Amino acid sequence: MADQREWPLWEIFIRGQHGASHRHVGSLHAPDAEMAIKHARDVYTRRKEGVSIWAVPSAQIAASSPSKKGPMYDPAEDKTYRHPTFFDIPKDVGPM
Amino acid sequence: MQAEFPEFLLRMGDNTLVLGHRLSEWCGKGPVLEEDIALANTALDLIGQTQMWLGLAGEVEGKGRSADDLAMLRDAWDFRCCLLVQQPNGDFGQTILRQYLFDQWHLLMLGALADSRDDRIAAIAAKAEKEVTYHTERSAELVVGLGDGTEESRGRMQAALDLLYPFVGELFVGDAVDAALAAEGVAPDPAQLRAPYDTALTATMSAATLTVPDSRFAHRGGRDGSRHSEHLGHLLAQMQWLQRAYPGATW
Repeated sequence: MADQREWPLWEIFIRGQHGASHRHVGSLHAPDAEMAIKHARDVYTRRKEGVSIWAVPSAQIAASSPSKKGPMYDPAEDKTYRHPTFFDIPKDVGPM
Repeated sequence: MQAEFPEFLLRMGDNTLVLGHRLSEWCGKGPVLEEDIALANTALDLIGQTQMWLGLAGEVEGKGRSADDLAMLRDAWDFRCCLLVQQPNGDFGQTILRQYLFDQWHLLMLGALADSRDDRIAAIAAKAEKEVTYHTERSAELVVGLGDGTEESRGRMQAALDLLYPFVGELFVGDAVDAALAAEGVAPDPAQLRAPYDTALTATMSAATLTVPDSRFAHRGGRDGSRHSEHLGHLLAQMQWLQRAYPGATW
């Protein structure tokens, strides 16, 4: 934010017509939150892709460091109990 | 009503056509990518509305002219757009201020037309009103942001308002065409829209710390085609040249 002439960056999340949760769709620049949502509508929802928009200042997002990818996300494949893939989910439950 | 009906439809459709074309001139030249996209989206909305208004105009006129024919093959004197939409883009602030002045009127007009006794007009108005509600929110917010902004942005917005305000009055001056349609309950008397327009304009301009000029002087001659601005012919030359040079060309 050193340059005041540059609008801040916002991360945009859209909840689709049939989606249960907001999904990250991309980022854009805007002077404030209201305008970020308007720009998001113009950039990401012109074809009825969504029913709800969240705009979050990118600077407010704490992110993990890519270099720590291994230790943080290595899923320990040999511990089968961590991967509950052997349950049958009834259709009526919908997205979980 | 035979003659007045298509005349009114041309006024609606030519406004959206000419302003849509003006906004399309920004394509690829917007001050930031997001605004470039937003201006193009607004232009597309307006051109879509043009297809509906001019499509119906061609239908009721009964001479077999399509919306494309009306848009691309009429000369300046047959256009019925207000002078405001003909004004050049100027800087970004001038474009946005012109947009707000038009949007606010457009929104009130479409709101009234949604109750038209003519079902076809009511249907087009209801569809367009959704888009124009967004256009108005967007342009009003930008006018406030730029007006109540830096010394430079405020100065530019005030200059744009001083320049464009004399073109606002024309929107509210009715004639025989308007009287005939109002009598039939097809369209409102334009003068009725002035009070709600002024209320909205005053609120937006005061939030934007801009001063609306005192003078109610109004340039006229666009919506009845009696005296268009010098800009319209140039705009049409740009917009129509392809159909004029290669009649019937499609792609």
